[in-house]
Amino acid sequence: MNLDSKLPSGPIEQAWDRTRFELKLVNPANKRKHSIIVVGSGLAGASAAATLGELGYRVECFCFQDSPRRAHSIAAQGGINAAKNYQNDGDSVYRLFYDTVKGGDFRAREANVYRLAQISVNIIDQCVAQGVPFAREYGGALTNRSFGGAQVSRTFYARGQTGQQLLLGAYQALERQVCAGTVTMRPRCEMLDLIVIDGRARGIVVRNLVTGAVTTHFADAVILGTGGYGNVYYLSTNAKGSNATAIWRAHKRGALFANPCYTQIHPTCIPVSGDYQSKLTLMSESLRNDGRIWVPLAKGDKRSPDLIPEAERDYYLERRYPSFGNLVPRDVASRNAKSVCDEGRGVGDSGLGVYLDFSNAIQRLGEGTIRERYGNLFDMYQRITDENPYKVPMRIYPAIHYTMGGLWVDYHLQSTIPGLFVVGEANFSDHGANRLGASALMQGLSDGYFIAPYTVGHYLASNKFDQVSGENPQARSAVEEVKQTTAKLLSIRGKRTVDSFHRELGKLVWEYCGMSRTAEGLELAAERIRALREEFWSDVTVPGSGDDLNQSLEKAGRVADFFELAELMCLDARQRNESCGGHFREEFQTPEGEAQRDDERFSYVAAWAYGGPGHSPELHREPLEFHYVHPSQRSYK
Amino acid sequence: MRLTLKIWRQKGAADKGGFVRYPVDRVDGEMSMLECLDVLNESLIEKGEEPIAFEHDCREGICGSCGFMIGGVAHGPMPATTVCQLTMRHFKDGQELVIEPWRAAAFPVIKDLIVDRRAFDRIIASGGYISVSTGNAPDGNAHPVGKEMADRAMDAAACIGCGACVAACPNASAALFTGAKIAHLNLLPQGKPEKDRRALRMVGQMNAEGFGNCTNIGECTAVCPKEIPLEVIAIMNRDYLRASVVRREELVAAIAPVSGWDVGGKS
Repeated sequence: MNLDSKLPSGPIEQAWDRTRFELKLVNPANKRKHSIIVVGSGLAGASAAATLGELGYRVECFCFQDSPRRAHSIAAQGGINAAKNYQNDGDSVYRLFYDTVKGGDFRAREANVYRLAQISVNIIDQCVAQGVPFAREYGGALTNRSFGGAQVSRTFYARGQTGQQLLLGAYQALERQVCAGTVTMRPRCEMLDLIVIDGRARGIVVRNLVTGAVTTHFADAVILGTGGYGNVYYLSTNAKGSNATAIWRAHKRGALFANPCYTQIHPTCIPVSGDYQSKLTLMSESLRNDGRIWVPLAKGDKRSPDLIPEAERDYYLERRYPSFGNLVPRDVASRNAKSVCDEGRGVGDSGLGVYLDFSNAIQRLGEGTIRERYGNLFDMYQRITDENPYKVPMRIYPAIHYTMGGLWVDYHLQSTIPGLFVVGEANFSDHGANRLGASALMQGLSDGYFIAPYTVGHYLASNKFDQVSGENPQARSAVEEVKQTTAKLLSIRGKRTVDSFHRELGKLVWEYCGMSRTAEGLELAAERIRALREEFWSDVTVPGSGDDLNQSLEKAGRVADFFELAELMCLDARQRNESCGGHFREEFQTPEGEAQRDDERFSYVAAWAYGGPGHSPELHREPLEFHYVHPSQRSYK
Repeated sequence: MRLTLKIWRQKGAADKGGFVRYPVDRVDGEMSMLECLDVLNESLIEKGEEPIAFEHDCREGICGSCGFMIGGVAHGPMPATTVCQLTMRHFKDGQELVIEPWRAAAFPVIKDLIVDRRAFDRIIASGGYISVSTGNAPDGNAHPVGKEMADRAMDAAACIGCGACVAACPNASAALFTGAKIAHLNLLPQGKPEKDRRALRMVGQMNAEGFGNCTNIGECTAVCPKEIPLEVIAIMNRDYLRASVVRREELVAAIAPVSGWDVGGKS
C-alpha cells in the first residue's frame, strides 16, 4: 500500500494557506444535500459537528454517554497552548512548532505540527468569543502560565478546569446547531461497526444502549472523534467508558493503525491505594510549576517527610536537569519517578510514589496565592487521600494518560478508507512519540473547528454519492456480525467477570508495554495476551440480555477489542528497536539513561494493516522528513 | 468495615421498582462509593445476577455522569463531593445506606439508578450559548473582562450538569442549573447581545420540561458538588424579568421534549 500523506510542498509557513486554496468547495446551496456522521462528542467531535452544522451540512452526531457534555475532554485540567505571545516573552508560531516537534521526539510530521501551531491562535479567539471564562488579569487581559516543558508562558487556562470549559463551549455550539436543526444528536448510542461500500466509508452500525436495538445510519462521510485507547491498561486517567471500539472496528474494516505503541504516562497522578481501584486520578501538571519533586536520599527511608532534613532529600529532577528542573516533559519526569522508586527510594506504603512539595512555594508566595492557583486540585487531593497538601507534601506516581498513536490519517485527516476522517486523540497525527502538556486540547479543537470542516468539504465536492440503504449487502453483513458478537458474548456464561479479565490484561500491558519495555518482555506479553484472550472468549460471564440497558455487555465488547489492540501495541513496540518519547526500550538508552533514538532506521510512522483473524498485521512505513527542525538528542539538562 | 446497601432496583421505565438489601463485607475506607458498588456488582455477576446499573464515567468529579441519593441526600453526606469522589471512610461500620435514583418527573428512571437527563440538554439548546459561528471571533483580548467578572462567570460555569440540584429540590426545580448557564453567559461582555433572548428562551424551555418552580429553599446549592451559588437564580430572575418587559418577540419553548429512545436509522 502506498501511504499518500498529501503533505503540501513548498515553504511550511504558507503550506496550510495554499492547501486551503486548493481544497474544493461545496456550493452553499448544495451543503444541505450532504450528510455527515460524527462519532464522539468530545472537543474534536463536538467542534467538528457544530462547525459542519454551521456551514449547512446535515450532521448526525453519536455518543455513548447520556449527553455530549460528558465526553472525557471535560476532565483536562491544565490548559491549552497558543502562540499568542501575549506575555511578550518571545513566543511565536515557529517556536510552538519547534517545541512540539522536539517534544514529540522527532516522530511527528513537520507540516501537521506547523499548521497546529498556526491555528492555535484562532482557537483561543473562538473560545473567548463563545464565553469560555479563561483566567484574566485585573485589567481584563487574558493571562497565561508556563506549562510542562515550555520556557514561555503560552498556556491559557480556566482554573483547573480548562477542558471542562472548552468542552462546554463546543457542546454549547453543538446544542445551538441541534436547536437550528442542522445537527441531530444521538446520545446513548455506541458505534459497533463501520459500513464501507465500494471502498468508501458510508455509514455506521450502532447499538442503542437503552433499547439494545441495532441500527444502521448512512451518510456521505464519517468522522471519528472517539478519543484514545489508554483504557487498554485498565487503570488510567481516562474515563471508565473511554474505549477503542470505534477506531478498532474501523481498523478491521481497512483503516491503518499508526504507532500504537506511543502511549503517554503522566507523571503526576495520585498513587494506587488498593486492588479495588477503578481508575487513577490526575493532578494537573501545572502543579509542577510551583511544587518541587523529591524522594529521600536513602533507600527505605520511611520517616515522615517533615522529619527528613533538607540535606537528606534528593530533588532528583532539579539535580539531573538543572535548566528545566521540575518542568521537564512528561516522559522524562515519569521515567525518572519510576527509576527512583525502582531504586527503593519511593514513598508511601506501596513505595510507588514521590513527593510533590509545596512548602517552598507557600513560604515564598503565601498560602493564599497557592490556593488561588491550585485550590480545587488541592481540595481534590485531600478528598481522595485525606491528607492536607498545604501541610504535607503530595504523593504522586505516573499513570497512563494519553495515547499518541491512533488511526493513520493524511494531512486532510482522512484515514486510508476514503470518506473516513479521524480527529483528535483518535488519530495519530501531531504529537509524535510524546505529547507536550496543554496540546491535546489544542489539537482536538484545531482538527474539529478549523481543519476537518474544509477537508471534509473537499472530499464531498470531489465525489459523487449514490443513495445507500440498509438493504445494501455490506450494511446487512455488518449488522449481522454485530448481532452475532453480542449473542456470543451473552452465551458464554463462564465464570469470570469482564472486569477481572480487563484488570489482568491491564497489568500485563502496564508491566511489559508501559513505562519501559524490552524485546523479551514484549514477546512474552503478546503470547500471554493471546492466551488470556482465548480464556476470555471461553470463560467470561455477561449477565442479562442484549435487549435493554446492559453495562456488562457494553464493557465486554470494549474489552474484547482491547485484547486485540493490546497485542498490536506489543508488536509495534517490539519492531521499534529504538527509544523515543513515551516509547522507552531498555536496550536503547544513552549512557545517562535517556531515550536513544535511531533516526537512520526508525524515522518513520509505523502504520499497521489488519491481517484478518489468525493472520499477522502488515507493517507499512511512512518516512518522516525534517527540513526545519533538525533531529537532535533531546536535552533538558 | 461492613455495610448494608439498600438499593433501588428497577428493570425499566415501565417497571414499578423497589428496594433490595445487599450486605457488603470488606469495605475499605479508601474506596469511593462507586468502587464499593463495583465490588458489590462483581459479586452479583459471579452469582449470575444482573449488576446494579449506575451512571459513571470520569470518576474524578467533573463529567457529571454520576449521582444518586444516599440516605436522602444528593451525592451523600460530604459537601462539594460527587459520589465518585466520596470515600467510604465517611461511613461507619455496620451502617445501612439507602441508595436511590434522582426523583423528578423531568428525569424519568431508565434502569436502577440511571435517569434520563436529556431535558438539561434541551435547556442548553434553547439558548445556553453565545451565537458565534466558527471563524467569527475577534482577537481574544479585544474585549477586556475584569478579573472579578471573569471569576464570577467561572463560578457559575463550573456546573457539571449532574442534576443533584433538581433531585434535592422539593419542587424538582432546575433553577440552579438554568440560572448557572444564564449567569455565566450574561455576566460576560460576549454574552450581552443575546442576554434577553437567552433568559426568555431558557426559562421557557425549563418550564416546558416539567421542572417545578423555585421557592428559594436553597437545598440545590447545599448539595451542589461544585457549590454553584444561589446568586445565579437571582441573576436569572432579574434577567428574565427585565427581558419580559423589553421583549420584542414571542418566545416560547424552543424544542419539544422527547421521552422515547428511537434513534432513527434502519434496524
